[in-house]
Amino acid sequence: MSNLRKVAIIGVGHSRFGNRYDARMDELAWESFSEAIKDANLTTKDIEFLVVGCAGGWSAEALPATLCSEYCGTLPKGSMRVEAACATGSAAVAVAYNMVASGYVDIAMTLGVEKMYESPTPVQVELIGRAGNFFWEFENFGMTFPGYYALHATSYMWKHGLREDDLAEIAVKNHYYASMNPKAQFKQEITVETVKQSRYIAWPLKLFDCCPLTDGSAAVILASEELAKKITDTPVWINAIGASTGTINLSKRDMFHKLEYTGLESAVEAAKQAYKKAGIEYERAAESLDVACVHDCFTIAELMAYEDLGFCKRGEGIKLIREKQTYNGGLIPVNIDGGLKAKGHPIGATGTSMIYSLTKQLRQEYGKIASPKAQATIKNGKALAHNIGGTGHYAYITILSLEKPSR
Amino acid sequence: MSELIENAKKAVTEKGLPVIEDAKTKIPLYISMRELPLRFQFGISKVQRFFEGLRDGKVYMTKCKRCGEKFFPPQADCPKCLTSDMEWVELSGEGELLTCTMIFVKPPTFAHYKDYIVGIAQMKEGVKVLAWLAVDDPKKVKPRMKVRLTTAKREPEGVITYHFVPLE
Repeated sequence: MSNLRKVAIIGVGHSRFGNRYDARMDELAWESFSEAIKDANLTTKDIEFLVVGCAGGWSAEALPATLCSEYCGTLPKGSMRVEAACATGSAAVAVAYNMVASGYVDIAMTLGVEKMYESPTPVQVELIGRAGNFFWEFENFGMTFPGYYALHATSYMWKHGLREDDLAEIAVKNHYYASMNPKAQFKQEITVETVKQSRYIAWPLKLFDCCPLTDGSAAVILASEELAKKITDTPVWINAIGASTGTINLSKRDMFHKLEYTGLESAVEAAKQAYKKAGIEYERAAESLDVACVHDCFTIAELMAYEDLGFCKRGEGIKLIREKQTYNGGLIPVNIDGGLKAKGHPIGATGTSMIYSLTKQLRQEYGKIASPKAQATIKNGKALAHNIGGTGHYAYITILSLEKPSR
Repeated sequence: MSELIENAKKAVTEKGLPVIEDAKTKIPLYISMRELPLRFQFGISKVQRFFEGLRDGKVYMTKCKRCGEKFFPPQADCPKCLTSDMEWVELSGEGELLTCTMIFVKPPTFAHYKDYIVGIAQMKEGVKVLAWLAVDDPKKVKPRMKVRLTTAKREPEGVITYHFVPLE
């Protein structure tokens, strides 16, 4: 890290999430692109490279990076598409970060965008179910994405006495915060009963344990220290990035940590990497951060994230939920923008959406966008994004800080 | 899905364009006339023994002759030793169930099966295996229950695969 330049976030933008039949992919990208440019007080020609995070497969356009470059007006600057399943957005941020840190460019934008509603839901079930080891998990066994996470929920229940009600409480929290977020897909609050009465998707997970399919985009502009200081008074620094890869086949897990499907090995590895760079002790992570966005594609995923990130010991995540310690004002506020669960999960834009929320939180602007009830108290000046691709196939942990990183 | 295409074709006949109004949002949608059917084909020559084994009622893993590392799914190359000298070892079938799920919302290509239970078991040999568990209700499944891995014919296709049979 020592030879790298320091990198700051100088602008962020976010489209409304949801079923966005009203906007094509390029039009949807434009919403967050233009907002980020205005937020940074830049012009389009200042963007030297456009890194587009888009998983695709379910949408018509096969070349999203050039599509968005042309529509948004960054031509003829360089661009590329980055893919790391549901961690695509964070992987794309890591690529842009490295471009700026290395001195390749001074200003780069990461634009996450996804149009999931261009294919019908059954096609999505089929495509996302294949997000594993094709022959050994899908061809004969018909796994689905809720299924992969349900395997973790069952194991956690068997080991630690988790109840379906505990998982429901996570959904209730995230819907509560989404109800305040004007850009969220779901605006209605729910109760534990809502979750319990919903149908099973993949036992023991029910419909309200699962995030929705989402169209959306979110953009992040990164700049070198020298330029950031000229452009903004409120830079938010990329303090550390940790990345790790898990086995493609779930049956080969427990290579590095014996979690037996109660956590994600790659998330633990990525967190430890990022904490080391940021000077955060794994056991004291919750006290060292002000707010976190974690990858709650399913309620069980948020529970596992608490433990994988060291917010509590193994098996004690249930206690955090029961004591409401991850609400704003608790030990560590988690997903107080609504999370994937209720804000929505447009695959390629989810990572950049997390960075958007956390940047606004650290700048203490989130309360104005959503509600003062959803503005975290900023005392450490540090926030964390936990973005998982697949079922722990990819893990990216990004730590943001108000203070310039020391190395 | 087919209803969508029928409506689009109707719209072409009536208005000359495959533009329909989404029933829920009332937003106009252009339905592409170009369907992309996808069916993959993949080479199996390096692990052909596995498929021959299925026909003989056996489930094989591979074991690196140099370092002893065991692989399931079986693979031809050892990333630790950078060698490709593998022994084919038949699994005894003795396993212990680590976790499971029951798939209610199925991929369209699985729609013709009854809801199915998928489990992961720890096998006696040290590897883990993911497969269907021949049980019809997840409530009948017990944590760490003993299971036996056997080959099985998947109907109605008649394709040979493998599954877990409960022993408790």
